[in-house]
Amino acid sequence: MTWLFLPILIAAAVAAFLGGRALARRRSEGQRAHSRPGQHGAYALIWTAVPALIVLIAASVFSPQVERQLMASGAPEAVQQLEHFRREAFYADARAVGAGHQTAQIWPAPYAELLPAEGQRAHRISLMLSLGGIVAAALAALLGALFVFSQIRPGMRARNRVEGWIVGALFACSAVAVLTTIGIVASLVYDSIRFFHSVPITEFLFGTQWSPQTAIRADQIGSSGAFGALPLFTGTFLIMLIAMCVAAPVGLFSAIYLSEYAGPVFRATVKPVLEILAGVPTVVYGFFAALTVGPALRTFFNTIGSWMVGGPLDGLGQYLMLVQNQMALVAGGVMGIMLIPFVSSLSDDIINAVPQSLRDGSYAMGATKSETVKRVLLPAALPGVSGAMLLAMSRAIGETMIVTMAAGLAAKLTLNPLETVTTVTVQIVTLLTGDQEFDSPKTLAAFGLGLTLFLVTLLLNIVAQRIVQTYRQQYD
Amino acid sequence: MTDAAANSPRIDRLRAGLKKRYAREKRFRAYGLLAIAIAVGFLVLLLGRIVEQGHTAFYAHTVTVPVYMDPARIDRGYPQGTNFEQLVAEQQLARMGVQDDAAGTKATAMRGLFSSELKYLAADRVARQPGLIGQTVTIAAPASDDADLFFKGKVSRDTPADQRRLSDQQIQWLDQMKADGHVSAHFNSGLFTRGDSTEPELAGVLGAVIGSALMLLVTALIAIPLGVGAALYLEEFAPKGKLTDLIEVNINNLAAVPSIIYGLLGLALFINWMHLPRASPLVGGLVLALMALPTIIIATRSSLKAVPPSIREAALAMGASKTQTVFQHTLPLAMPGVMTGAIISMAHALGETAPLLLIGMVSFVPGLPHSLVEPTGALPSLVYIWENASERAFHERTAAAILVLLAFMIVMNAAAILLRRRFERRW
Repeated sequence: MTWLFLPILIAAAVAAFLGGRALARRRSEGQRAHSRPGQHGAYALIWTAVPALIVLIAASVFSPQVERQLMASGAPEAVQQLEHFRREAFYADARAVGAGHQTAQIWPAPYAELLPAEGQRAHRISLMLSLGGIVAAALAALLGALFVFSQIRPGMRARNRVEGWIVGALFACSAVAVLTTIGIVASLVYDSIRFFHSVPITEFLFGTQWSPQTAIRADQIGSSGAFGALPLFTGTFLIMLIAMCVAAPVGLFSAIYLSEYAGPVFRATVKPVLEILAGVPTVVYGFFAALTVGPALRTFFNTIGSWMVGGPLDGLGQYLMLVQNQMALVAGGVMGIMLIPFVSSLSDDIINAVPQSLRDGSYAMGATKSETVKRVLLPAALPGVSGAMLLAMSRAIGETMIVTMAAGLAAKLTLNPLETVTTVTVQIVTLLTGDQEFDSPKTLAAFGLGLTLFLVTLLLNIVAQRIVQTYRQQYD
Repeated sequence: MTDAAANSPRIDRLRAGLKKRYAREKRFRAYGLLAIAIAVGFLVLLLGRIVEQGHTAFYAHTVTVPVYMDPARIDRGYPQGTNFEQLVAEQQLARMGVQDDAAGTKATAMRGLFSSELKYLAADRVARQPGLIGQTVTIAAPASDDADLFFKGKVSRDTPADQRRLSDQQIQWLDQMKADGHVSAHFNSGLFTRGDSTEPELAGVLGAVIGSALMLLVTALIAIPLGVGAALYLEEFAPKGKLTDLIEVNINNLAAVPSIIYGLLGLALFINWMHLPRASPLVGGLVLALMALPTIIIATRSSLKAVPPSIREAALAMGASKTQTVFQHTLPLAMPGVMTGAIISMAHALGETAPLLLIGMVSFVPGLPHSLVEPTGALPSLVYIWENASERAFHERTAAAILVLLAFMIVMNAAAILLRRRFERRW
């Protein structure tokens, strides 16, 4: 509603630009001005638009809260006695009635009669707030314009002032990055602290029982839920390990081949193919894992198991016949495929950064290409390559879709790749996508897991970036 | 002569060693080739499987049935109220010479072979031409999802009857319809013109495509200006110092934060704190914008770095101010690189799924989206929802939705590559 003012504001800003330009032309007639008329116009535009925009943004951020306050303070007795969520629902429906829409639910006797009146009140309040916002914004624009028009004279350094505003705006853009980090940390820490009030942090980190289903009735068994996240950590670790077992050798070897052996044509064809592999969305890998790799591997192990049954390895055979689609090997293996291009392109950069003189020296001593790679290039590139591997590990830990679609939900404390395990990211998705009630430990647990995930990946990234940076400097 | 004779055992040893070394060299090279073959092989397998599973969703079957518009059962004033499915099923049974039992189970079984769309098609015809009542009309009735799968050969007759969704009798009827030449396949245009539905044969991707487009619009409008602005500041204006270093380290780390963390941020900040509507393209776009921001900043900075300092120096020497230099010379020259980076990061944002799940895009949203603040689906979340659906007919549609998603990503990446080829300048 408040934003309906925006077109008017844009028109006012354009008018301020034109007016400022014309005024600067007239006032500086016959004398040398410091800045060009257009720059005066731009200065006028900034002072008209920016204060009003700030008012508009503030109004739209704070008006829902104010509206809620006003609605609550004047509400009838019956509504005030409703519990929190019902009350919110009632206000939402009152707003809907006020705006002439259908209500979301049918209200029983005392409330149904209250709805029309409350709806009118809601309508009045929201109208008042929007009008207030618009008037405040218009006032801000007017004051800004008056100020700026009084300033325009030949000696004013309009260009420098405009440029100061521009640099300020650019700084604000880069501050958004910092604000994002602060936002991430604040939201994770705030809800995690609330979570750790109900579940001790030691139990969360070292407990071996994970069953976050809080019961509907308080007297049910396991009503409190168990929040020992150790099985999730081992599950995440196991899947990451499997992924790295696939991605590290394949990625590294393809990087070596591409940078040391491949001719330009081969390189020019294979690199884009790897880029395509890197560009495939993870949900597609998840689909592939769940419907192709999972059933295929399961059939494979079940068949092997059925051969073994009755033989000397009967027990193992029995076990293999019961292997599930959701085993850790499936999610880990497909995640490994996803990481191949990531590892390969990072390693490629790093191997290419090794100076040619080292290779030439090795060839001059009679070494073959593979000997040069193994004894000269890899030792020289080792820090960089290990940094790349750490970055890949951080990716694997934070990857969500593949595991959500192809790994299981059962939290098991095991390192057996044929078992079904669950990961931190899977649990975050499960906890937050079901029927959720705010403020229950179940919902807050997701933020605890998120904080752990954030800290671990952050640590890995910082260490990896440090390593890669010092490595690069070594050969610069 | 004597020298050579004395050296010969050593040379022999070296020769033997050389053979081994060359063999090792060959093996090492083969490992490298094998690694590339594995990577490329998996890509081929992945795409091949998706095309194999998805291509059948692009066509659907209809059964041509003559329908006697029975005046006794159709209300002239309100033809939409007629149970046309039952009408068609009963007439079809009679035509095939099958006697129904008292409970009407056979008519129910026959009805299950046609899509519920039949009802709307028939009602629509009658509503437009009331004169048809009392006559026999030929209608191309869309097959139900199970019947469609059968015609596509995806239901095996060998499966025990209690494990498939079609009974032996239904299969026999379908065979008969096919033998009579009533069944025809056609392009499944509904897949591209409809929103999501609980019935697979009526479900389409258009709602999700529009949702994704709205979301990317929000993302682009926020992330590109902010990202370019931040990169300009850091590359051209920022004084070297602690604060600038902090921002730089910060951006590098943000680029590597797992996407699900951005989902948690979006949930806590935009939904729980700011009370923006759940699952709306606005919230999705905001979250994706925060996610795309670091990549756009990094890409913009590297293309700004590639503009040679001589350009800046020339502009400054001609009396341009710092700001004029940047906006009139450096940025225009870096623009192709900036746009390439922006398009690639938008393509990446298009495929991102995990944050969307956390801000509520996991539930079924029928129809097409109208605004930025209503719950909507998005293409990647639609893939996730359909993959979880129990009906088998959704599997092929999931693969088809993936193909649509990949097509959009290929178009965007191709545009980025073309842009780079066309405008890239080497200094």
